[in-house]
Amino acid sequence: MKVIEVDNLRKRYRDQLAVDDVSFTVEEGEIFGVLGPNGAGKTTTVECVAGLRTPDSGSVKVLGGLSGDALKQQLGVQLQSSALPERIKVWEALDLYASFYRASVDPAALMERVGLAGKRDTRYGKLSGGQQQRLSIALALVGDPRVAILDELTTGLDPQARRDTWELIEQVRAGGVTIVLVTHFMEEAERLCDRIALIDSGKVVAIDSPAGLISRIEHQQTVRFRPSGPLDDAVLKALPEVTGVHRDGDRVEVTGDGNLLLAVTGALASAGVVPADLRVEQATLDDAFLALTGKKITNGDAR
Amino acid sequence: MNKMILVEAKLFLREPGALIFAILLPLGLLLGLGMIPDFQEASPEMGGQRVIDNHLPAMMTILAVVTMALTVLPGTLAAYRESGVLRRMSTTPVSPFRLLVAQLVNNLAVAVVATALLVGLSHLVHGTPFPGSPLSFAGVFLLGTASLFGLGLLIAALAPTAKSAPGIGSILMFPLLFMAGMWIPRELMPDLVRRIGDFLPMAPFAQALRDTWAGHAPQTLHLVVMAATLLAFGALAARLFRWQ
Repeated sequence: MKVIEVDNLRKRYRDQLAVDDVSFTVEEGEIFGVLGPNGAGKTTTVECVAGLRTPDSGSVKVLGGLSGDALKQQLGVQLQSSALPERIKVWEALDLYASFYRASVDPAALMERVGLAGKRDTRYGKLSGGQQQRLSIALALVGDPRVAILDELTTGLDPQARRDTWELIEQVRAGGVTIVLVTHFMEEAERLCDRIALIDSGKVVAIDSPAGLISRIEHQQTVRFRPSGPLDDAVLKALPEVTGVHRDGDRVEVTGDGNLLLAVTGALASAGVVPADLRVEQATLDDAFLALTGKKITNGDAR
Repeated sequence: MNKMILVEAKLFLREPGALIFAILLPLGLLLGLGMIPDFQEASPEMGGQRVIDNHLPAMMTILAVVTMALTVLPGTLAAYRESGVLRRMSTTPVSPFRLLVAQLVNNLAVAVVATALLVGLSHLVHGTPFPGSPLSFAGVFLLGTASLFGLGLLIAALAPTAKSAPGIGSILMFPLLFMAGMWIPRELMPDLVRRIGDFLPMAPFAQALRDTWAGHAPQTLHLVVMAATLLAFGALAARLFRWQ
C-alpha cells in the first residue's frame, strides 16, 4: 500500500526555487530515505508532506489524502531546528505531547524504549545531544503514528549515539511504523533505508535501493597492496581485468573491474611477489551520488 | 489546555527571576517608599490626597503588570520561536496558538497575584484604603493589563531575536512609565505632557486605576484609549506574529 504519494511537487520561496520537481511514493512499512546535500530541498519537501507548507504546485497525498487534524493525528514529525523549553522535564514533555493526540502510547513505556527511563526527571536543557534527539523521536512517536518523518536525526551526534539512534529507528520500523528519513549522511542511508530518493537542487536524481544506486555506476574496484619485492607494472597491466596501475611510494594501486582481486593475486603469485596490507575497495553510495549528480555530498560528520 | 497551562506554570516557577522582578520589586518599593514621611502627608498639589492613598500603589501595580507584559511575555515567546518550540508544536494536532494562550493566562495570573499583594500589604502597612470601586477597579485592571499584553505580543511579533525582545520592551517601558506618572505624579505635569499621556498606552491605565482606587468613575477617554490600544496592538500582533 502506498502511504505517501508526492507528484511533481514544486515550492518557491521569495528568492529561490527550493523544490523544483519532486515525485516519489513511499510504501507501507518501509524506511524511505530522502538523501541529498544541504540546501537540496529535502526539508522543504518533507514539510510539504507533513502539511506544514503549501506547495506551489503538484500534489501530496498522505495515507490516502488526509489533511489537517486527521493527518497530524497519524503523522509523527521530528524536524530540524525544533526544540523544547529548556526547563521542561522529560516526563512532562512526553505527558504533554501525549495529551495532544486522541490515541497515544504510554509515555513511561516509550521512555523505556528510547532509553530515557533514567532521565525521567531531567530537564531538556540538561540532556546530552543524543538524549535530546531520542526525546524528540519519542515525541514524534507518542501519538502512535502510522508514519514518522525524521529530519536530520543524527546530525551532531557522536558515533555511539548515532548507532544507538539507528538501532532505535529499526525497532520503530519493526513496530510497523513507516519512516521517512531525511539525511545527508551516506552511511546512515546505506544502513537504514530500504529505498532512497537522491535529491539535488530541488530535483529527484534517482530513486532506488542503496545497492541499486551503487550498481548503477560503473562497477569499478580498487586493489591496494605493498609488494614484498620488486614488481614490474607490466605484469599487472597485461591482465584483462586491470584498467590502471598507479604507484604511491612503496604501495601499488590497481583499478579495474570483473574479478579483479583474483586476477591480481594470481599474477602476483606467479611472479613470486607477496602482497602485504592487501585492501579491496568497492563503490559506495558516496561514489554513486558523485556519479549521478557530479557533486560530492557533505558528510554528516563535516558539520 | 489545562495541562499546557499547568506545564507552562511549572516552567515559569522554575525561573524565579521573573517572579522576583514582577512581584517582589514593586512590593518592596511600595513598602519602602511608603515610609517616606512626605508620602504619608496630605498633599495640596495632589488635591489633598496622600501619595500612599493611591498614586504610589497604582504606580507599583503598573510596574508589576508592565514587567510581565513588556519584558517577560515577549521574552518568553520570542525565545520559544527562536529555539523552535513553536515549530515543534506546529507538527502536532495542537496549534502553537494554545501555547500563546497558556502564556497569557500565566502572565495574567502573576499580575493578579502581584496586584492582590500590593493592595493587601499596602493596606496593612501604610493604611492605604482598599479600592473604592472594586468592580470598576477590577475591570480597569483587566482592560489595562490586556492592552499592555497586546503591546507585549506585538513586541514578540516584531523582535528580530529572542534576546532583543525584552530589550525592546524595556526601552518602551521607561518613557511610558514616565508619562504614566512613575517619577512625577500626573497632577504635577504640564498640561500638554499630561494630555499627550492620555493617548499613550500606559498613562490612561494608571490614571483609571487611581480614579477607581479613590472611588471615582474612570474617565471615558481612558477606557476608550485602553480598548483601542488593545484592539490595535492585538490585531497587529496577530497579523505579524511568526511561528518560526
